[in-house]
Amino acid sequence: MVRALINCPKTAKKGEVIEIKTLISHVMETGYRPGADGKVVPRDILRRFTCRYAGQEVFSADLFPAVAANPFISFTTVATASGTLSFTWDGDNGFTQTETVAITVT
Amino acid sequence: MNRLQVTRRTALIGSMSAASLLVLRPAAFATPTELAGAIAEFTGNQPVQRGRITLDLSPLVENGNSVSVSVKDDSPMTQQDHVTAIALFTEQNPQPNVIIARLGPRAGRAFLNTRMRLATSQKVVAVAGFSDGTFWSDQVEVIVTLAACVE
Repeated sequence: MVRALINCPKTAKKGEVIEIKTLISHVMETGYRPGADGKVVPRDILRRFTCRYAGQEVFSADLFPAVAANPFISFTTVATASGTLSFTWDGDNGFTQTETVAITVT
Repeated sequence: MNRLQVTRRTALIGSMSAASLLVLRPAAFATPTELAGAIAEFTGNQPVQRGRITLDLSPLVENGNSVSVSVKDDSPMTQQDHVTAIALFTEQNPQPNVIIARLGPRAGRAFLNTRMRLATSQKVVAVAGFSDGTFWSDQVEVIVTLAACVE
C-alpha cells in the first residue's frame, strides 16, 4: 500500500456537482530514462484509474508515461445518493490499490 | 605540433559530427505523424474540429517534470448531450499519448485536471469526444525551460 490522498467533500446536497481530487504516490517510471548504470530503467507506471460511485463507474482514465510522477487527477461527479466512492489504481508489476471514501448526500 | 589547436576546419568538422550525432540518435521523440496517428486512434478516424473545449495550460513552463493541465467544456452533461471522453496528446514526448479519460453524464461537468511531463517545448493537444459523435480539440504551444528527464 502506498500513500494516496483523496480530497472529496464528506457531505453534499443531492444533485450537487462535487469536485474530487486524487493524488497517489508512484514513481511513474517512463521506461525511456537511463539509470545510473546507463541502462534504461524498465517502465513502471500506473495504467488505469477508475472511480466508482456506489459500485457504478463514473470516471476512468488510461494513463501513459507522460503523466507526471505521483499522478494527480481531478474530476467532477454528481452527488446522487449517500454511499461510498471507491478509487482504484492499476499499474505495471501487478500494482493495484483501492481507496474508499464515504459521502453523505442530503 | 598543432594537434591541440582548434582551427576553423577542425571546428567545422567537429560541429558537423556533433550535428550528425544529433540527427542519427535513435528517435526518442514522437513525431507529428505519430501525434496524428494517436489522435486518429482515439477518435476512430472521425474528423476533429477546433473549438468548444478549452485546454488550460501555462504557455511558459519552468519545470517539464510536472505541468498542471486542465481541460474544460461548457457541455450541459445531460443524458442526450455530454462529453464521453477527454484525451491529451503531445507532439514531441517519447510517445504522443498522455491520458485518456472516460466520463459521462454522471460527471456533472466536463472537466479534467492532471499533471503531465513535457520533454521539450512543443504543442499540447486536447481532444474531447461528444455524445453526438463529434470530436473537438484545442491546442497550446508551450515553451519548456527545464525539460522532463527522458535521457
